Amino acid sequence: MNQIDARGFSCPEPVLMTKKALQDLGKPLTVLVDSPTPLQNITRFARNAGHKVDSRPLGDDFELVIS
Amino acid sequence: MKSKERLWMIGAGLAVGVIAVVLVVLGNPANMGFCIACFLRDIAGGVGLHRAGVVQYIRPEIIGLVLGAMVMALAGREFQVRGGSSPVIRFVLGFCVMVGALMFLGCPLRMVLRLGGGDLNALVGLVGFALGIFAGTLFLKKGFSLKKSQPQSKVEGYAMPAITVALLVLVLAAPAFLFFSSEGPGSQHAPIVAALAAGLIVGALAQKTRLCMVGGIRDALLFKDFHLLTGFIAIFVAVLAGNLILKFSGVNPAAFTLSFAGQSVAHTDGLWNFLGMTLVGLASVMLGGCPLRQLILSGSGNSDSTVAVLGMVVGAAFCHNFGLASSGTGPTFNGQVAVVIGLVVVAAIGVGNLNRKAA
Repeated sequence: MNQIDARGFSCPEPVLMTKKALQDLGKPLTVLVDSPTPLQNITRFARNAGHKVDSRPLGDDFELVIS
Repeated sequence: MKSKERLWMIGAGLAVGVIAVVLVVLGNPANMGFCIACFLRDIAGGVGLHRAGVVQYIRPEIIGLVLGAMVMALAGREFQVRGGSSPVIRFVLGFCVMVGALMFLGCPLRMVLRLGGGDLNALVGLVGFALGIFAGTLFLKKGFSLKKSQPQSKVEGYAMPAITVALLVLVLAAPAFLFFSSEGPGSQHAPIVAALAAGLIVGALAQKTRLCMVGGIRDALLFKDFHLLTGFIAIFVAVLAGNLILKFSGVNPAAFTLSFAGQSVAHTDGLWNFLGMTLVGLASVMLGGCPLRQLILSGSGNSDSTVAVLGMVVGAAFCHNFGLASSGTGPTFNGQVAVVIGLVVVAAIGVGNLNRKAA
């Protein structure tokens, strides 16, 4: 599965990285983030764009699966 | 989940607007229930970093905002200590945000409050602000990045809340070495308890909702995502309604005056109101949020934002020491030069931090 690591980047960079990865790599896409703000922002962005989003905590980080 | 998020955002925006209007009734300067730039500037003056006698006070709102954000972040298990993402550049960007904000006489939040009071100069500022944000989104699309932050020690994360607690002790003890304005905007303030409570509530709400004036326009431009913008609009609606109620109930006939001239702590020089807010918008996009958001993040463990806030405080001191800040009579020549230099510096930072691979 395609995966990007957006941990450590501040918004809106994780959302831009996700948008670009969806264009370049396509679905399904796994995104790693390290705070609830990008988690919410990416979820909102992906759902607005018509994708399905599942997320779960992963240690101190979060993993989103966009499909 | 989406509608719940939106309800929170609208509710928070309305609450911020109402609280801002109440703070003015309780003594804050007109259209200045909150102004992150003005209040950080007042704090810089209060501790003697500049000697502009009319803008010196330790604003409890700032203390409340940081501590309210900290409590909410801890309660929501969102207090995460991160830092180390281009700290010096963030300091410089914070400095430049302040140069632009003190040209216009307000941060983006006060711009909305001024709009809600009928100050048409703020409309000119808003257009400049949006242009600055648009320019910032072009840098982002070209791969602008201040690089990754890293986990830091707990002590790093609690530094900013600790600084604000120290400020609270100072304002309560009021030792002789502090400076408190006896006239001008710095002398106009709500009682300490009310200002602190207002800050705590707004800080908590802003942390919970990620309310951000810059993010609102930025996300609308980048992703057609209007979530943050609804908070911005809710603040405006609440302030407008509150001011109109005050005006027509006779409590304060001056609460809403639709005009360019005669506005409180504002000037009518359109070009420099525009360019000042362009600088604020552009530099804030690169920081990842408006001055309010930086302050909230600084209370949530983000030491990158703390550095940006410290840059704003030092920037404010320079603005008054070097005669860069505008006054009700208009901008200064020094201030105009500083805004142009600021725009050049921020653009250079933008170009210098483009990630070629992402372009």
